[in-house]
Amino acid sequence: MSPRSLFKRSAAAFLVGAALTAAAPASAQQTVLRVVPHSNLAVLDPIWTTAYMSRNHGYMIYDTLFGTDEKGVIKPQMVESWTESPDHRLWTFKLRKGLEFHDGKPVTPDDVIASLQRWGKRDAMGSALFQFVQRMDSPAPDTFRIFLGEACGFMLEALGKPSSSVPFIMPKRVADTDPFKQIEEYVGSGPYIFKADEFKPGDKAVYLKNTKYVPRSEAPSGTTGGKRVYVDRVEWNLALRDTQAQVSALQKGEIDIIESLGFDHFETVKKDDTLQMPKYATYGLQYMARFNHLNKPFDNPKVREAAIAAFSQEAFLRAQVGVKELYKPCGSMFICGTPYGSTAGSDIQMKSNMKKAQDLLKASGYDGTPIVLMKPTDLASIQKLPDVGAQLLRQAGFKVDLQAMDWQTLVGRRAKRDPIDKGGWHMFMTAWQAFDVWSPIANPTTDTRGEKSTWFGWATDDKMVTLRNQFMRATDEAEKKKLADQMHARMYEIGTHVILGEYNQPMAARKNISGFFVTNGNIYWNLKKN
Amino acid sequence: MFAFLARRLAATIPVLVVVAVLVFLMLRLTPGDPAAVLAGDAASPEQIAQIREGLGLDKSIPEQFVIWANRMLHGDLGRSYYYKTEVTTLVAQRLEPTLSLTVVTIIVAVLVAVPLGVIAAWRFGGWLDRMLMGFSVMGFSVPVFVLAYLLIWGVSLKLGWLPVQGYKRIADGLGPWFIHLMLPAITLSVVYIALIARVTRAAVLETLGEDYIRTARAKGLPESKVLMRHALANAAVPIATVIGIGIALLIGGVVVTESVYAIPGLGRLTVDAVLARDFPTIQGVILFFSLVYVVINLLVDLSYVFFDPRIRY
Repeated sequence: MSPRSLFKRSAAAFLVGAALTAAAPASAQQTVLRVVPHSNLAVLDPIWTTAYMSRNHGYMIYDTLFGTDEKGVIKPQMVESWTESPDHRLWTFKLRKGLEFHDGKPVTPDDVIASLQRWGKRDAMGSALFQFVQRMDSPAPDTFRIFLGEACGFMLEALGKPSSSVPFIMPKRVADTDPFKQIEEYVGSGPYIFKADEFKPGDKAVYLKNTKYVPRSEAPSGTTGGKRVYVDRVEWNLALRDTQAQVSALQKGEIDIIESLGFDHFETVKKDDTLQMPKYATYGLQYMARFNHLNKPFDNPKVREAAIAAFSQEAFLRAQVGVKELYKPCGSMFICGTPYGSTAGSDIQMKSNMKKAQDLLKASGYDGTPIVLMKPTDLASIQKLPDVGAQLLRQAGFKVDLQAMDWQTLVGRRAKRDPIDKGGWHMFMTAWQAFDVWSPIANPTTDTRGEKSTWFGWATDDKMVTLRNQFMRATDEAEKKKLADQMHARMYEIGTHVILGEYNQPMAARKNISGFFVTNGNIYWNLKKN
Repeated sequence: MFAFLARRLAATIPVLVVVAVLVFLMLRLTPGDPAAVLAGDAASPEQIAQIREGLGLDKSIPEQFVIWANRMLHGDLGRSYYYKTEVTTLVAQRLEPTLSLTVVTIIVAVLVAVPLGVIAAWRFGGWLDRMLMGFSVMGFSVPVFVLAYLLIWGVSLKLGWLPVQGYKRIADGLGPWFIHLMLPAITLSVVYIALIARVTRAAVLETLGEDYIRTARAKGLPESKVLMRHALANAAVPIATVIGIGIALLIGGVVVTESVYAIPGLGRLTVDAVLARDFPTIQGVILFFSLVYVVINLLVDLSYVFFDPRIRY
């Protein structure tokens, strides 16, 4: 056979084969929900990392003892009932019937205790809770108890913590893993089963409906209520990162949901009759600028006060979000409208102006040290904030050294406590989901123990430490609210950080997807695909 | 020939060693902390330090180098910090999409560009030549992502002929595989069509002025035979070179195309690894790319023997 005829025959065979396989019918008629998450999924241990993608993966496959509803109220999830001793030192929890891990084994108190112990060694709020815990035990096959050394007022708040790191319940053999090593087995008791054999990092993650899951009878709200699954399979498309291509794929029906729609595409989706932008969050997210309290001039509270006065939230929100209906200025560090959503002390920012900022800076003794403001160039969701911040600081009279870098460089550098000439920094900006900052304990900026603080910036204030300790021990809700107000006012007074406004990140979906509810996160139960 | 082959293969070893050492040092000296990436935004400095210790990044650079070099000598590229998967497994998973895209792109590019280049040379200075060269300039100038968006809008959204995004493995069927590759391959091939067509035109133009072409024409050979058998065959060496470079570049990763069309290839893996400071994966893929470059250069050199019998090694 000549090379030419061989080529012709090969080409013909290929085309016939291609046509035949293209025409082949779909092998199975499963209902598949195809989602483009907000980022890539890398770490599968939601206790080991605080990454939101790992948390969302956790919600798919694990269940929690308690949850937080859309209004911030803690409600039982795996727990059927609980009691609290009059001195608030003994808590007894009874698990509900029918809880079963994906491997068929029942959920026992031993699994719960091991899971809480591992979480307590990794999570800031878990660690705070375990300062009070003396021991845990299991007096009956469906009951566990927590004994406290002294009363603490945030037991349920900690166990129902909705965001990173969530106290997910794992089998004891998995939860016994060293907290500083990642787990290797992904077995939960949640509404979905993780298909480990189909997981391809950077490509896709697959979850199957857990047909044995027994949902609660209540309507879903936040991370509480019945976790009913109406699809056979959820596929996370981890490869589709280009936002324009995401919208095109949604319009063509190749995907069902874009978890985080770019603001630039808001109008396109709004005008498309085949698409919807369901309301899934009451509180959304908060932008924040963090000072480094260790380095001059931000070691001086009067200089920080001048910067706070200069930071008009409207300017940041207009530049970064742009869509008026998606953002709102808010003076609450604990998120407006939440149980602790105070605005005490916020006048210094919310009723300020540039003239006042200039006067405050002049009076502060600022020596002209350039402010090293770190700007991430590769994170579109916060990329414009430092530009606005630099301009406002300059208008107030600061000298600014705006340093561009990729987000991961910023993340590495912000951990440095060094002075500026050794690679240190003065300020960076970030965004938080409301869930992470609405509690005066979970909010990382309330920790003002200087270099012992659990988050970057290392603010120091003894009065604030005292208030936080009092809050942790308060068991009366009215007293907690009062203490939260005092903490809030003090945070403005000492200038722990500056909040830059709140916004909602839109989600886009095809119109044939229904069952969305307010989750304040990215949750995929209760959804139907018609 | 065999001595040449052996020499060239032996020469790849120092190349790979130099590349590996340079990459190792550059990664350690650039800012960024893999532990901070893994820990997440809300992690405390202490948690990050514990992760750093677990990864062995708290050790001095010389200590890290000794550990890494020892692994390399045993053929172990290491385990991804980010994905907790062997680097060789990650590369293997991403190789098929990248190779598929490379092969289809190059086939499309060669099938279109070589005839265009020959025609342009044959009609040198005429309107056809000018039009083809104008297209070539356009092919170079239009950014890949713009072309990709235009094709998605026109071919996928308006006409509905092809999918917007995604990759289907060959194991899922040749039809879905090919259909999902068509738009990305067309998008990518435009720049290669422009490049190969220009090189072909220049090379064929040069041979058309040779005495043996005049002789062939004087013998009364049809123009098609003069062009294909005499002019193109003798112009093949630079064309083969540019095609070889194109293949190496494509395997080295086409990040924008892979991102727009959601193709989980090596380019995307490299970018993700760089952004996450996933040192083992970056080192592994760069070593792999170096090897690909060396092998393709070798194959191109060997191909000269077939195109031009006067070349001897």
